[in-house]
Formats: sequence, structure tokens, C-alpha cells
Amino acid sequence: MAHESTYQPQAGIEKWMDDRLPVMRLVHDSFVDFPTPKNLNYWYTFGGILTFCLVAQIATGITLAMHYVANDTMAFASVEHIMRDVNFGWLIRYSHAVGASMFFLAVYLHMFRGMYYGSYKAPREVLWILGCIIFLLMMATGFMGYVLPWGQMSFWGATVITSLFGAIPIIGDPIQQWMLGGFAVGNPALNRFFSLHYLLPFVIFGMVVLHVWALHVPGNNNPTGIDAKGPQDTVPFHPYYTVKDAFGLVIFMLIFAGFVFFAPNALGHPDNYIPANNLVTPAHIVPEWYLLPFYAILRSITFDFGIPFTDIIFIKAKFLGVIAMFASIGVLFVLPWLDTSKVRSMRYRPIMRFFFLIIFLPACVGLGWVGAETPAKVLYQQGEFTYYADYFEGEELTTLTYDTAEERDHAVESLVAVGTEVEIRDGTPFQFQMVHLGLILTIVYFAYFIIIMPLVGIIETPRPMPASIAESVLPRSSASAAAAE
Amino acid sequence: MMTRFTIALLASLIALPAFAAGDAEHPQAPPQGWSFDGVFGRYDPQTLQRGYLVYEQVCSSCHGLEYVTYRNLAEPGGPGFTMDQARAIAAEHLVPAGPDQDGNTTDENGLPLTRDGIPADAIPSPYANDLAARAANGGALPPDLSLMTKARLNGPSYIYSLLTGYEPDPHGEEQVGLYYNSYFTNHWIAMAPPLSDGLVEFPDGTEGTVENQAFAVTNFLMWASEPHLEKRKRMGFQVMLFLLILSVLLYMGYRRVWADQH
Repeated sequence: MAHESTYQPQAGIEKWMDDRLPVMRLVHDSFVDFPTPKNLNYWYTFGGILTFCLVAQIATGITLAMHYVANDTMAFASVEHIMRDVNFGWLIRYSHAVGASMFFLAVYLHMFRGMYYGSYKAPREVLWILGCIIFLLMMATGFMGYVLPWGQMSFWGATVITSLFGAIPIIGDPIQQWMLGGFAVGNPALNRFFSLHYLLPFVIFGMVVLHVWALHVPGNNNPTGIDAKGPQDTVPFHPYYTVKDAFGLVIFMLIFAGFVFFAPNALGHPDNYIPANNLVTPAHIVPEWYLLPFYAILRSITFDFGIPFTDIIFIKAKFLGVIAMFASIGVLFVLPWLDTSKVRSMRYRPIMRFFFLIIFLPACVGLGWVGAETPAKVLYQQGEFTYYADYFEGEELTTLTYDTAEERDHAVESLVAVGTEVEIRDGTPFQFQMVHLGLILTIVYFAYFIIIMPLVGIIETPRPMPASIAESVLPRSSASAAAAE
Repeated sequence: MMTRFTIALLASLIALPAFAAGDAEHPQAPPQGWSFDGVFGRYDPQTLQRGYLVYEQVCSSCHGLEYVTYRNLAEPGGPGFTMDQARAIAAEHLVPAGPDQDGNTTDENGLPLTRDGIPADAIPSPYANDLAARAANGGALPPDLSLMTKARLNGPSYIYSLLTGYEPDPHGEEQVGLYYNSYFTNHWIAMAPPLSDGLVEFPDGTEGTVENQAFAVTNFLMWASEPHLEKRKRMGFQVMLFLLILSVLLYMGYRRVWADQH
């Protein structure tokens, strides 16, 4: 939280500098003697972890850019050159590729943490919105980075995602062509994606500075969601949280290193080791895992929006899917105003806690699963496919039933050969497909934000809350003793 | 509560790259397994040398290794040829040459100029370009094999299964220029069964069965895709050990710093 500066310049040079550019004062007041709630758990270490991820991605990325060639005939080979011939190139590239996944893993846990403990509520709305902007920039950066190796998934992923803009009515096609620098994904698109992939991390870095600034005005939220009321509730950031963040970071790095050194390709797709080919479409085009939930929402909308029982269509299915996908991120921006509860932390919100942990989180993971599978995959089927042939034998209607279309067609042929008029029809069983599950989970996702969150905030009776942070962290016996005083 | 969800999240994340591969049969690993699997996995140089022999005598008549150079054959963590052996192997092959002193790009017969290979040369494709390759293979393009084990799901087992998985079509069907293989997507592959018993004779006395040839060449192709695998895992252990010790020290520091708060 904003607080009186406690910086005491010691040496002469410190005083001299402090009078001219008080940068040491800023660092001291922000990261050394910054009062921080004493009850932060390990879910609060992801802020530091994410800073590490960003710096690691920029450091490895700048090194890769020294060896990478952004040209459609050379990009794939230059990546292989890095993997084989550049000193420790394999380490730098695997760290960068795995690093993107680890970055998103950390950002998702960071966001879920913020949602669970109500860290987006007043006075932290701007902090939350800045975080959402960073997330959006990360998605754009991650997507464009995935295009650069110029493998099959790079090329076709870029084709699918840029075609989304083509779904916008009237202005869609010109926008898509302007973005790609051509009518299809090719060298101009690769070049501008590389340029933007290099630029955006620094934009993210700037947003992170604002994010940290916005954090340091109200100070950290904490697992109780109760404001710190005085020095008894806080500890200085250093050494208490520098050491805790460092420990959390090293545990995170162990998982990171586990992937880089022992399963570097586990999170990638094999097709991206096939050079891009605009004549061969992969069997399943899928984005990287961290974009799958949004990809699932995009593909789950298969119906037009219009007036029922008429031919009037306002929004076509494809554009509706695009709107739904962007809305699924857009809804995060207004989260602070959708939550009507005065209590921040879900620790004291039994109903909301249930909806978050049992409904919302599994829906997000489920959407990720749906995004990875083919939409037409059958999850449940009631009955079997049957194939009928109807014809009149004299006056009497006769129906033949077959298990396969081939058998039925064979029978029909012989009937038609002797001059019988035959009508065919198919019996389709009820099928519950992946795309249906996707639609249900999409509805759950939006309902959580738009219906459940405002409603539960009004009807829910929160659990009793501790009077202060200090009380919440004291052992039970001393807490009651403190209460008795 | 939230720990359990993290585990579920991580588990789903790891399970995601499992994609259905058409109606092809699930690839089978060979009975002896892969020596390069697992955190302690390494290549067996002897097997890689046998694998190179299979590549050289069989695969290389259609497939190139454009990202592998002859000098790689003598580098640590690989087949373990000496530099002189690698130089000799390179010299046995003709590679495309640049213009000669007079600026000619073709010889007196109009054929493109070639020269003897040197260790720095990539292992070339036998075809001048993709169109020539297709023309010689009934329209099908034999892919470059440099990255094949990483470009297929479950790559090494897939290649081993494919090489040993040729059989007559169970429905007795036959197609011109295509061969039945239960491990290939939609089952009909343009590559004729490349291996047969005794096709390659191994100088180290290993029996030249189809299985042994497929096993050796798959090992070799895995090395071709991932030549720094041994170095990577070795460094991995050093890094993990360092981080583990660091985490213990940091945890002790953390307990000590927070002692007055508990």
C-alpha cells in the first residue's frame, strides 16, 4: 500500500543521487520496506514467477532472433540450424518453447488465484484490468511466436486464426488481407508476425510496470480478503516475501527444467516438425494447449443468430463463434462489476466457492479438452444407424431394414432392376458429440460470470470472518486469548 | 483444495497432445524397448552404426537427411564414427556442386555438376527436387527423414511398427502402387516394403532380420532428429540437482526468516 517513505540514504553518493533521481528510494519503498500482508500463501508467488517467465522469454527470444531467419523458405531450416549447430541452441529454443507453456500455466494459476480471493474488487479494478490486457497481449504474442518455426501447425494455425477476422461482415475480407499482406498466409505474414512477436513482449513489459504500480497503490490483497489495518497485519516485503517468492520460483523452475531437459516436445504438436506446406492440410488443426479453451468456444457455436422459424439471420454462425471467443476474454474485463458480493475471499463465500471450484474450473479444463478433440467425435450414442427401403408390394407397404447403407443400396438396386419404385430413408440415432459438450461448457462459462456471479453475491450469506489479518494467522488458542483481551 | 485442482490441471495439460490417429493401429515399441527412453536414456553407438548402414543401403535410395551432416556422424553422443571414417563416408557420396571455373553448372552431357562429399555436407536427397522425387515414385514424395521421429506421434515406435507392419490386406484387396500397412493412416502407403530378411548384413554379427534392421534404423533416425539428447539429459541432471539443493537452502532460509512470525 502507499505509505510514508522509509528510505534513509547512507553513503554520500546515495544522498547525491536521491536529490536528483530518487530511483533507489523507489526500489526501497516498493520492494524492500513495502508493507505486505503477513498471511500470503504460495498462490501469491506467481507474480514473481511470471516476472521471471517474461524476462526468461525475452532473454531466450533475443538470442533466438540472432540466429532465426524470418523468411518462408528459410525459417524452418534456421530453426533446425539453431537446434543442431548453434552452441546450446537446443537449450535456448527448448527453453523458449517450453517457457511459453510455463508462462501460460503460471498466468492461469495467477488469474484463478485472483478470482478465488477476489483480488479484482475495489480498489483493485485497474490492477485487474491491466492484468487482462497483459493476458490478451500474451495470447497474441504466443500465437505469433508459434507461427515462426513455419511448421505445418504454424502455417495452418495462422490460417485458421486469421480467417476469424475474415468472418466479420463486410469489412472482414479487407481486414484479413491487410493483416496478412496477401490473400493467404505467406512470407509477408511471417515477416510481420516476427516483427510483432519481437515488439509485443516489450509492450507487455511496460504493462507489467503499470500492473506492479497499480498493485503498490492499494497494496496486496490476501487470502482473507480483509484490508491490512496496521503494522500488526504486515511484514516488510524483504526479506519475508523475497525469500518465499524465491523458494516458490525454484520449485517452479524444477518443473520448467523437467520439461526442457526430459520432455521438451511433450507440450508441442508433432506436425510442427513437418515444414509448412500450403497444399497439405493436417488432419486436425489445433492451437497450443493454452489457447484450446478459447478455440473450443469458437468451434462450439454452430448455429446462426436470427429470428427463429424465419430465414432472417442477423449473425452467421462463424462470426457468432468469433464474437463468443472474444467475449469470453472480454467478460474478464468487467469482472469487478459483475461480482456483487462485498466479501472478497471465497474462503468466506461457501456458495461462490462451490461454483468456482466445482463448476467453473472443471468447465475451463473441459473446454480445453473439447478444443483438442474433433468436434464430431461421438461421446454418447442412443440406438444405432438404420437404413430403410420402402416399397409397395401390391397395395401393401413393405419396409426393409439394414444395418449398413451398402447392404440396403444393394437390395434397392435389385428391386429397381425389376421395376419396383423404392423410397429410401435413414434412421439416425441420437448422438452427443464433442461440439455439444463444448456448447454446454461455453454456456456454463458465460453463465458463471453473467448470471451466477451477480446473483450469488446477493443471495449468499458469507461465513463469519476474522476481525483482522493478524487474528486469522494466529493459532486458535492465542486467537481466542487475543479476543478475550 | 486448490492443490488437487492444480494436479488435475497439470494432468489434463500433459494428456492434451493425445490425438486420434485416424483408424491406424496404435504403434508398438519393439520387445527390447528404446534405450533412449526415460530420464537415463542414451543411444547405443553400435546400434546407431548398424542403423546408419540400413539407412545407407536401403532408405537413402529414396530419402535424404537434409539437416544431418557427415561430420555429425563423428560427434559425441552419436554413432561414434571417427572423424576419418566420417570423412571417408562423405567422400563416397556425390553432392551437388557449384559452378566450375568457367561458370558451367552442367557437365558435357548436360547433367548438373557434382563433387565428392566433405564432412560439412548434408546427407543429400537422391533427387534433384521434389518434382523429380514424385516423378520417380508414382506421384508420392518420399519425405526427408531428418526429423521423422519427432514429426509423428509416438515417433520411434510408429516408424518401427510401420517398417515391420506390412502384411496382405485382410480383405484380399490390392491397389496399384500402394501397399497395405495397418499402422499407416487409412492403411495404404506408397512406400513398398523396404526391408526383408537378410537385405542388410551387419558386420558385427547381428542377425539381419527385418525386426533388427527396423530397430537399428529407427534408433539411427531418432539420433538424427535429436542429436543432442545425451548432452541434454546430462545437463538436465546437473540443473535439477542444482535447483534441488538451492530449493532446500531457500526453504531453510525461509523457515529462519519467518521464525519470528510463527
